[in-house]
Amino acid sequence: MTYASAEIKGENRHLRMKLVIAACVMFGFGFAMIPFYKTICNVAGLNNLLRADKNASNTQVDVSRNVMVQFDANTQKLAWGFKPLQSHVDIHPGQMVRVDYEVENTLDRPVTGQAIPSYTPLAAEAHVNKLECFCFRQQTLAAHEKRVMPVVFTVDSKLPKEVNVFTLSYTFFEVAGTQK
Amino acid sequence: MSAVSPDVVGGHDHSHDHDHHGAPTGLKRWLTATNHKDIGTLYLFFSFIMFLTGGTLALTIRAELFQPGLQIVRPEFFNQLTTMHGLIMVFGAIMPAFVGFANWMIPLMIGAPDMAFARMNNWSFWLLPPAALLLVGSFFVPGGANAAGWTMYAPLSLQMGMGMDMSIFAVHIMGASSIMGAINIVVTILNMRAPGMTLMKMPMFAWTWLITAYLLIAVMPVLAGAVTMLLTDRHFGTTFFNAAGGGDPVLYQHVFWFFGHPEVYIMILPAFGIVSQIVPAFARKPLFGYASMVYATASIAILSFVVWAHHMFTTGMPAVTQITFMYMTMLIAVPTGVKVFNWIATMWRGSMTFETPMLFAVGFIFVFTMGGFTGLMLAIAPADIQYQDTYFVVAHFHYVLVAGSLFALFAGTYFWIPKWTGHMYDEKLGKRHFWMSMISFNVTFFPMHFLGLAGMPRRVPDYNPFFTDFNQIATVGAFGFGLSQVFFLYIVLKCIKGGPKAADKPWDGAEGLEWTLPSPPPFHTFEVPPQFEAPAGHGH
Repeated sequence: MTYASAEIKGENRHLRMKLVIAACVMFGFGFAMIPFYKTICNVAGLNNLLRADKNASNTQVDVSRNVMVQFDANTQKLAWGFKPLQSHVDIHPGQMVRVDYEVENTLDRPVTGQAIPSYTPLAAEAHVNKLECFCFRQQTLAAHEKRVMPVVFTVDSKLPKEVNVFTLSYTFFEVAGTQK
Repeated sequence: MSAVSPDVVGGHDHSHDHDHHGAPTGLKRWLTATNHKDIGTLYLFFSFIMFLTGGTLALTIRAELFQPGLQIVRPEFFNQLTTMHGLIMVFGAIMPAFVGFANWMIPLMIGAPDMAFARMNNWSFWLLPPAALLLVGSFFVPGGANAAGWTMYAPLSLQMGMGMDMSIFAVHIMGASSIMGAINIVVTILNMRAPGMTLMKMPMFAWTWLITAYLLIAVMPVLAGAVTMLLTDRHFGTTFFNAAGGGDPVLYQHVFWFFGHPEVYIMILPAFGIVSQIVPAFARKPLFGYASMVYATASIAILSFVVWAHHMFTTGMPAVTQITFMYMTMLIAVPTGVKVFNWIATMWRGSMTFETPMLFAVGFIFVFTMGGFTGLMLAIAPADIQYQDTYFVVAHFHYVLVAGSLFALFAGTYFWIPKWTGHMYDEKLGKRHFWMSMISFNVTFFPMHFLGLAGMPRRVPDYNPFFTDFNQIATVGAFGFGLSQVFFLYIVLKCIKGGPKAADKPWDGAEGLEWTLPSPPPFHTFEVPPQFEAPAGHGH
């Protein structure tokens, strides 16, 4: 048997085909990781920035403790006016809070934006239960439209003791692909 | 570049191949090369050119870091330097160098006449120079080269100029090249071994490359997917990683490191193979624990798929995930420890001599183990939060990639260059190269451990004056290391040009089919499969 035999060449091509298919499957696998991670995050309750929190029905208000929540508003490469109507609130854990944000599209065209929340310190994130938020969906503003939008949330009493002040910050991004 | 002269056709196999034409000459020989030896030579020279390119970037970085404050480069350019140094060294130097070794040595070691798909082999190589041009050329486009780090994390990579797109395309092209090279290696090893060479009698270098090739086929497409997502996020309105559209930048890290962690084993497993060939040859004993070496290599490869999130301990993962990935990562120390143990046991009571290949192999074991140990420190999730993105990490991965992969490449070069060229290299100069490299390597990178533990961040052009002393030591070492590698080029060129005639088997303890061929081997070898018999004492 020499190496040039048709039999070996056929076997080689057959194995190559299998390996090419494996490589193509792995290319698809890279993309399949996206829905896979989204599912994991949903199941594990991670990264649910854009959905209402469950278990927000805790009504036990801890009046012995005061927490200051500061509000912050930013835009990222988006010519919108965006600010909270109050800079901070003093609350008790368990108390329901409503804060209004004012947003104005200063552009001559309708724009769709998405707000993304973040927390400082990060430890506060797990203890803020948002019932209603403009960040749960994309917001489309007509040219020069001004709108007041609410956030309704509670802070649960498991908030770490050392966190007496935290900041809830929103950044509005223009949703890519919607600009005309 | 006439490592193998095309008119050397007097080998003992050659009476059988009268139907083969000789090699074309001149430039055409290299452009249309389908001979595994020629392609191996091309790969090795290409990777060395890229190594010098990446090294120049590194020395610019070290020159800037000689003093605190900004002296030589602007911060934006500094970021381009660190990024391109990483990309060029990983994809341009280390990986193609190992593919070059595979091309040259695997057919000779397993008794095959050539790689399974000679034309695909040509294509795998010639994809690389255009990719290299894209990478190097990106320095000269508006906005400069990719400066998002070699990992190209989103969202930073979504904001870069067109240099980023050039990097993305370069990664696509080099990925395609690696996948084709890997397919060729798998098919060659599985289908074209000499009769009598069962899988468990293969040389260890063939084993480690077989497993590496499978890793490449599994993860290079995932990287291609990740950078494709970056590309569509940048230009086509998708939002895989763009928070504004509901994407998640941390997701990029998951996809990237699913590729990235197997990638680090892609760069070290062939090195393990080379060292496993060299240590037995100079200890004049068969490799200790051959089967356990094979299983350890396979275990490392399998574990590499389930440890990726240890690069991401600071992204805010739940504690249970961190602990899982921490223990999985620590588990890799077990098969790696088996390997180190086996190399040492091979040397135990051997009749050792320390020619240059052995010096580099023993140096590899010594210094790579230190890099492995700092890797174990980094695996500890609570400690990693302190080490993340400091010079401690830089020290760690240079200990495993330079003292690991690169030293093994040097060892392999000295070991097989008598076979490749037919000449012995200058032993005195080789030893000098080893000691220069070994000393200057440690002078460069050892102080970085201290810098990192003291809190100096990586990828920053300026630093607290408090860190000056160790940075100056590192810079002096880096220039010494760079100089040593120019010296290496001189040794190699000198050896190609001439030198004492090398015997067919220049190392008396070496085993394997490659040593049954003349030095240099004729252009076509093993056209009729040799009969393979396992060396005595092999244990099979």
